[in-house]
Amino acid sequence: METTSTLEKSLRFLALSLVVIFFMFPIFWIFLMSFQTNETILQIPPSIVFTPTLSNYAALITGKLTTSAGTLDIAFMRNLGNSVFLSVTSVALSLVLGVPAAYAFARHKFRGSEDIAFTLLSFRFAPPLLVLLPLTQYFQWLGLSDTYFGLIWVYQLICLPLILWIVRGYFEDISADVEYAYRIAGHSWFATFRKIALPLAGPGIAAAGLLAFIFAWNNFVFALVLASADKQPVTVGALAFVTSSGIQYGQIASAIVLSVTPTLALALYAQRYLVEGLSLGAVKG
Amino acid sequence: MSDTALLIKNVDKFYGPIDHGVHAVRNVSMDVKKGEIIALLGSSGCGKTSTLRMVAGFEAVSRGTISLKGREVQTFAPVKRNVAMAFEGYSLYPPLTVKENIAFALKSSRLSQSVVEEKVAYIAKLLEIEDILGRYPSSISGGQQQRASLGRALIRDADLHLLDEPMGQLEPQLRAVLRGRIKHYIKERGLTAILVTHDQTEANALADRIAVMEGGQLQQFDTPQMIKERPANLFTGTFVGEPPMNVFEATVSASESAIAFGLNQGVKLEYAASDFSPAVRAELNKHQKVVVGIRPYAVRRSEGGVNARVSVNQWLGDQTHIAADFAGGSLVLVEHDRTDVAIGDTIAVRLDPASLHVFNGETGVAVSHGQELA
Repeated sequence: METTSTLEKSLRFLALSLVVIFFMFPIFWIFLMSFQTNETILQIPPSIVFTPTLSNYAALITGKLTTSAGTLDIAFMRNLGNSVFLSVTSVALSLVLGVPAAYAFARHKFRGSEDIAFTLLSFRFAPPLLVLLPLTQYFQWLGLSDTYFGLIWVYQLICLPLILWIVRGYFEDISADVEYAYRIAGHSWFATFRKIALPLAGPGIAAAGLLAFIFAWNNFVFALVLASADKQPVTVGALAFVTSSGIQYGQIASAIVLSVTPTLALALYAQRYLVEGLSLGAVKG
Repeated sequence: MSDTALLIKNVDKFYGPIDHGVHAVRNVSMDVKKGEIIALLGSSGCGKTSTLRMVAGFEAVSRGTISLKGREVQTFAPVKRNVAMAFEGYSLYPPLTVKENIAFALKSSRLSQSVVEEKVAYIAKLLEIEDILGRYPSSISGGQQQRASLGRALIRDADLHLLDEPMGQLEPQLRAVLRGRIKHYIKERGLTAILVTHDQTEANALADRIAVMEGGQLQQFDTPQMIKERPANLFTGTFVGEPPMNVFEATVSASESAIAFGLNQGVKLEYAASDFSPAVRAELNKHQKVVVGIRPYAVRRSEGGVNARVSVNQWLGDQTHIAADFAGGSLVLVEHDRTDVAIGDTIAVRLDPASLHVFNGETGVAVSHGQELA
C-alpha cells in the first residue's frame, strides 16, 4: 500500500470539505432560517447571529399562519400526513407488483418480455405535463380525481418502473444455479423465490424502495392537478406560504425541515441494510 | 421394475425456437443402470451440461423423452424428480455456513438432528472440509466451495446424482485422493451418478461407462477400456487418450499378399496380408481414402522401420515423449525409459498392425481396430 504524505492528506481533506460545504450549505442555511422570523431573515446584511424562535414551527403545527394581513388557516400537518400516506402506500403497492414482475423479467425470457419491460420503463420518458391533461379528463369520468386511490394509481407511474428495473438487475446478478440448487433439494418454485431470491435481492429491493419513496415524496405536478386541498401532499401544500401579504420565508424553511425529516430518517435507517447488502454481494463463486 | 435408473431417448435441445434455434443437443439416447457411474466427456459447448440440466429439469426438453426409474419426467418440475446435483458454479447459499449448506439438502428428508449431524460430519471428513464447516461461502476458497457444493449433492439419498465438473477447482493431489473416496462412497451406497467433465483422467478413474460428446451428438457410449481400444470414430480416437492418438491420412492399396498404406510425402506403411484378418482386408479393399491412427504408447522404435526425424524429446520424470516429423505431420511416441536421441536424429519406427486403427477417410467412422473390424 502506498503511503500518502501529510500534504496530500490535508489537500484531500480541504477538497472534501469544500465539496461538503458546497452541498450542505443550502440545507444548513434553511435550517437556520427555520428558527428566524421573516424580519431577521430579510435584514441586510444577513447575519447568522439571531435570537432563535420556534414561532414558525408553532404556526405549522397549530395550523394558524399569522401574517401582517391577519391570520390564515394552513393545513400543513394534514399535508404532511397525506405525503406520508401517499408515498408509503404507493411504494408498498409498487413493491408488491414490481418485485414479482422484476423476478419474472429477470428469470424467464418469454415472448415479448423485453418489450413489456421496456414499455413499463417508457412511462418514465413521458413528460408528466403531457400526460396530465388527458389523465385529468379520464379521472373525472371515472370519478377518480381527488381520491387517494386515484393518486396512488398515478404514483405507480413514478414508482413501478423504477422498482421494476432496479430490482430486475439485482435478480439477474444472483446466479440462477443457487436457485436451482434449492429447487432440486425438493422445494417449489415459489419457496425458492421467497427463501432464496428475495433475501439475496433484499438490499436491492430496499434501495429501489427508498429511491421510489423519495421520488413519490417529491412529486408535485400530479398532486397539484389531481388532488384538492385536503388530499394534497406537502410539496403542493407549501404553495400556501405564498400569501397575499408576502412570502413567509421562516415558515417555508421550517416546512422544508419538517418535510425532509421523514425521508432523511428513512434513508439513514435503510443505509445500514444497503451497506450490509453490498458486503454480502459475493454470490458468485 | 427394471434396473434402469435413467433412460434418455432421442433427446434434442434447441435454444430458441425448435428447429431454428441453436441445436445444442442432437438426438441423444442413453441408458444408465442403477448403481452405475457415467461420465459425460467432451470439450466446452459439446452439449454435456445441457444434457445434464435437462435431466435435472432446469432446461426444457425440445424433443424426446427422459425417464427416471421407468417414469417419464421430462415435463416434471425438478422437485418431483428426486435427483441431486452439484453445480459447476458451486451455488452455495451465501447467508448459510458451509455446514448449514450441506445439512440443508437433507431438510426435506425430515431426518432427526443427530442423524443429520452424523451424515454431515461423515461427508465433511470424506471431502476434507471439517475445518471450514462454520465458515461462510464468501470467506472460503473456490476449491473449498466446490467441495462444499459436492458434499451438498452427495449427502442426499437421491435416485440420481448429477455432478457438473465436480472437481475442476481442486489441486491435482487432492483431486486424485478425492476421486477414489468419492467413487468408493457412491459404490458403497449403490448410488447412481452422472458426472460431467472435460478431464478424461477423471472420467476414466470414476466412470463405469463414458459418454463422449461432441457437437451436441453422442459419439460413443462405452466402458473406458472399449473407448480406448475401440474408438467408434476419429473424434473419439483423437479426443480420448493422452498424448492423443497419432493420425495420418492415407490411401489403401491391397494385393493378394500385402496391404500398404500410402501416407503423405511418399511414406509407405507395408504389411503382410496375414497381419490383418480376412474380414478386415475385405473391408479395407472397399476404401480408397482412410485415416490410420496409432496410440503413442504403441509406436516402437525398431530396426528396419520407417524413418522419422526427431523434433522434440521430453523426459517427464517417468516417461519420455518423443515427437518426430513423419509423413508431413508429427508422430508422438512414448517410452518408459529416458531415451538418448537428440533433436534432428533420424529414428526408425514401426507401427504395429495389431495396434493400428483405421478410420473412413470421409466420415471418420472406424473401419478396423488391429485384427478386428470395428
